Amino acid sequence: MCKECGCGIVGEVNIAGKPSRQVPSPLVNGGSSHAHSHVEPHDHPHPHSHDHDHGHPHEHPHAPATQTLEVHQAILAKNDRQAERNRGFFKAKGLLVLNVVSSPGSGKTTLIQKTISMLAGRLRAGVIVGDLATDNDAARLRSAGCPVVQITTGTVCHLEADMVARAAGQLDLGALDLLVIENVGNLVCPATYDLGEDLRVVLLAVTEGEDKPLKYPPMFHSAEVALLNKMDLAAATEFDRATALENLRRASPHATIFEVSGRTGQGLGAWCDFLVEKHRTQKA
Amino acid sequence: MHEVGIIQSAVEAAQDSAKASGATEIHVLRLRVGALTGVVPDALEFAFEVVRSGTMAASATLEIENVPASFWCGGCQAEFLPPELSYVCPKCGRQDVELRHGLELEVASLEIS
Ligand SMILES: Nc1nc2c(ncn2[C@@H]2O[C@H](COP(=O)(O)OP(=O)(O)OP(=O)(O)O)[C@@H](O)[C@H]2O)c(=O)[nH]1
Ligand SMILES: [Mg+2]
Ligand SMILES: [Zn+2]
Ligand SMILES: [Zn+2]
Repeated sequence: MCKECGCGIVGEVNIAGKPSRQVPSPLVNGGSSHAHSHVEPHDHPHPHSHDHDHGHPHEHPHAPATQTLEVHQAILAKNDRQAERNRGFFKAKGLLVLNVVSSPGSGKTTLIQKTISMLAGRLRAGVIVGDLATDNDAARLRSAGCPVVQITTGTVCHLEADMVARAAGQLDLGALDLLVIENVGNLVCPATYDLGEDLRVVLLAVTEGEDKPLKYPPMFHSAEVALLNKMDLAAATEFDRATALENLRRASPHATIFEVSGRTGQGLGAWCDFLVEKHRTQKA
Repeated sequence: MHEVGIIQSAVEAAQDSAKASGATEIHVLRLRVGALTGVVPDALEFAFEVVRSGTMAASATLEIENVPASFWCGGCQAEFLPPELSYVCPKCGRQDVELRHGLELEVASLEIS
């Protein structure tokens, strides 16, 4: 079905172990009552009486007179609206919000863990982590000592604004300065879904090959920050640094680039200072 | 879920627009899908078969317009279609070009009654 992840049917999304639709949130219209995303079966009123048999549609030869309706509406307009609502809500709370994206295994969880412990005493952080099936990442992040809400997306290959809204409702946002959202590891689908973040942070590990930014233009193009990660492995993997940076600059001309290692902490000082500064200006 | 979710949102948006115009049936649903969205038209069509039943688009035809990726060169003030995603203007060699098309994901128009 989905070219990237092979996923098919829409499964149940869980937030902190509960079906997402049952998780109320001040960020979602109507709280817990009903989620948005389902096409209601036949809920339009039927004031007209059917005097022909409706059992086999369109067997009557006379085609009904149709009319063209120009719509020109983004298919994900609903997600975009919820994302704007999230953004406004987060801003009012003085939060800096990151949407961290990458291929599976580029080091998102490791990097977030390290970043949060390095920011201790400077920024109070919370994490929303999306994962297809497991809560391993949530457990790892909890060990960094910060509040974590897990979204299990089932077969959904990306996070959506509504999921983030509901998950954020589980956090004491007033007690936080920084909200880090770890998206599902996937460089295609998450690019299309605004979550209401301030900064989209894309990771590229040195082990992934230098041409990745050119292969996934929308994701890299939409990022405000690009982290060249696992730099501790650069020598061992004969990583071509100049080419990678050149490709990153082409695909993400507006992004701030940091060369880091989530494992060793290399380069993370500058990254943390950047976040503190962003939070300061965000609040102002 | 990608395509199922996308087509659900599309049908939902189409129904809202159609209802607002007082229609009761959607006969044709036209979408525009950019080449860089990662959305696979075939998968969209397959998903549409699953999602349409019980909606105003239950017997509608799905028409998908594929929008190729294109870039904008500020130097040449011109748009170009990259042979592959090269990020370089073929005329002047400039690299700071802007992605213009390929990210479209929209309900373009409907035939309703
Ligand atoms: N050498 C090295 N290994 C790293 C670094 N960061 C992460 N790893 C390793 O890479 C693997 C994946 O790291 P994760 O942090 O789980 O990556 P992720 O992006 O969160 O993975 P998913 O959530 O599954 O997409 C683990 O084995 C990590 O130990 C790094 O900076 N250097
Ligand atoms: Mg992870
Ligand atoms: Zn997908
Ligand atoms: Zn040019």
